[in-house]
Amino acid sequence: MSVSADSIPAAPSSRWSLSRLAHDHNVLGLLFLLPAAAFLLVFLTYPLGLGVWLGFTDTRIGRSGVFIGLENYQLLWEDHIFWLSVFNTILYTTVASALKFGLGLWLALLLNERLPFKAFFRAIVLLPWVVPTVLSAIAFWWIYDAQFSIISWALIEIGLIDSNINFLGDATNARASVIAANVWRGIPFVAISLLAGLQTIPPSLHEAATLDGASSWQRFRHITLPMLTPIIAVVMTFSVLFTFTDFQLIYVLTRGGPLNATHLMATLSFQRAIPGGQLGEGAAIAVAMIPFLLAAILFSYFGLQRRRWQQGGAD
Amino acid sequence: MASVEIRDVRKAFGATQVIHGVSIDIVDGEFVILVGPSGCGKSTLLRMVAGLENVTGGEIRIGERVVNDVPPKERDIAMVFQNYALYPHMTVADNMAFSLKLRSAPKSEIEERVKKAADILGLGHLLERYPRQLSGGQRQRVAMGRAIVRNPQVFLFDEPLSNLDAKLRVQMRTEIKELHQRLKTTTVYVTHDQIEAMTMADKIVVMHDGIVEQMGAPLELYDRPANMFVAGFIGSPAMNFVKGNITVNGKAVFKTEGGLELPLATAPAGADGRPAVYGIRPEHFVIDAANGIPAEVVVVEPTGSETQVFAKLGGQDIVGVFRERVTVGPGDTIPLTPNPALVHLFDAQTGQRL
Repeated sequence: MSVSADSIPAAPSSRWSLSRLAHDHNVLGLLFLLPAAAFLLVFLTYPLGLGVWLGFTDTRIGRSGVFIGLENYQLLWEDHIFWLSVFNTILYTTVASALKFGLGLWLALLLNERLPFKAFFRAIVLLPWVVPTVLSAIAFWWIYDAQFSIISWALIEIGLIDSNINFLGDATNARASVIAANVWRGIPFVAISLLAGLQTIPPSLHEAATLDGASSWQRFRHITLPMLTPIIAVVMTFSVLFTFTDFQLIYVLTRGGPLNATHLMATLSFQRAIPGGQLGEGAAIAVAMIPFLLAAILFSYFGLQRRRWQQGGAD
Repeated sequence: MASVEIRDVRKAFGATQVIHGVSIDIVDGEFVILVGPSGCGKSTLLRMVAGLENVTGGEIRIGERVVNDVPPKERDIAMVFQNYALYPHMTVADNMAFSLKLRSAPKSEIEERVKKAADILGLGHLLERYPRQLSGGQRQRVAMGRAIVRNPQVFLFDEPLSNLDAKLRVQMRTEIKELHQRLKTTTVYVTHDQIEAMTMADKIVVMHDGIVEQMGAPLELYDRPANMFVAGFIGSPAMNFVKGNITVNGKAVFKTEGGLELPLATAPAGADGRPAVYGIRPEHFVIDAANGIPAEVVVVEPTGSETQVFAKLGGQDIVGVFRERVTVGPGDTIPLTPNPALVHLFDAQTGQRL
């Protein structure tokens, strides 16, 4: 006992400060953050930085490029196919997101009612989300096939049309078709997230509103919708981001055709960079998506800010 | 304002019947409290009056009108919920004005009514706040304000004080009672707290397992409980029950199973030898050094205004409450006598009052 008691004050000062460091919350916090920071750096910051850098070079596959400033962007500025892809992306995102929101909210409201086999229906709704995108895209590819389309076949059998519909060969049809496929895939996410939001609304609020004389539409308008807005903001931000950056569906169904009518910025970027070999130009297209995505994120940032009624004293 | 008549009302959820034919008459302006343990059907009954649950059988009248099939909004009732059910995205003023806005009442009238209700409840300075920014008691008041604004025929309260702390509960109790004396609106109030029932009600309805056990003025229930359930439910601490037999041998006494003799003022006619339950409220024990039956003290709980003594009397656990200070400790013996005039006798089988 006496030995150890003597040794404590005599301990070397470096060990003393090391153990003090280990108990310092700031130092510890930094240590714990390191692995996550390393991951972010290697898998997020580096690729993003590399992408941005490539956009300023004339790199091709198999040949490292040199810095060319904004030349890639100047080329894109005059490239009508790039502008077409911007238009396509905005059209695709707007129409698909609006449809996903409308149909998803409707589905969520239905699933929130007292239905028989409720759990079964909720599980079914998730199916399109669970199936790998490429698989469902291939299924849609068959559904939209010029010769063997089941839709064309059914409509001909019913007698509504005489010849097969050219789903993916006509510009307008192709755009509508890929949007439909995207909506089918995206609805479950919106519906289930909004359903979760609906279930956080206490039933007594609806009862109170019923007693206050509200019809079911008025209850939706004055209770459900305002209380759901924070969740709608989150869900729709994600939905818009997913849709804007969509690649797989388009690439499997149309590869951007016909006549680039369904080329999105993501698919065009890939097209130019990998099969086309122009890594620098492809990277520039990808970088050009950033302002749009930032706008969506900013929109959600302001949309997500806690509303006045959500602030203030806790219980 | 209106009377409420509940006639042989039944309620079943699927095959499970939860209310088995309840009849209650509530006269215009009366404050009636439905009280009972959890699951006795009191809230379900209230929700049926509100129209939030269907009536399986029987009839509910508000005023002269049968309302079984009348939708809630046409029943002209207002309800205060246990969790207040305030609309979190609306200010206090908007919460109170919501029903009037839905009826498209003129703006001036809405403002006037909201202001009046806010004045009654002392909410004037909180009108622009949101529910989250209010304390529990303030939210409770807003919930009442929402009901008052509508000037309904009947107020329904569903355990409105359960979410408040003990001190606030006592304060709000007084406020609700005062409000009723002022507005004189017919009120049906549900609670599981018998003290709330005793202190606020004109009439108490004690419910248990979907039936009415007894109905009457608070003190009537306290003084003459119809059965052991009511006797045990009303009053705190609960009444002591001792099993035994009534013996009339010149003088009526109660022989406990442990062989003790407890005093009786009178015995019901022909009750000699009848097995019964002897009920005595804790506050009706007297410490009597001369004639008391010795009881062994287990725990003493002084509260200042009174002292609760938990003791064993002839092997049976009993509680006594005394206004005077009692200076005994665990293990001591205390001579106790039940006040024979305040003893209740119940049938051993049915639990009904003898």
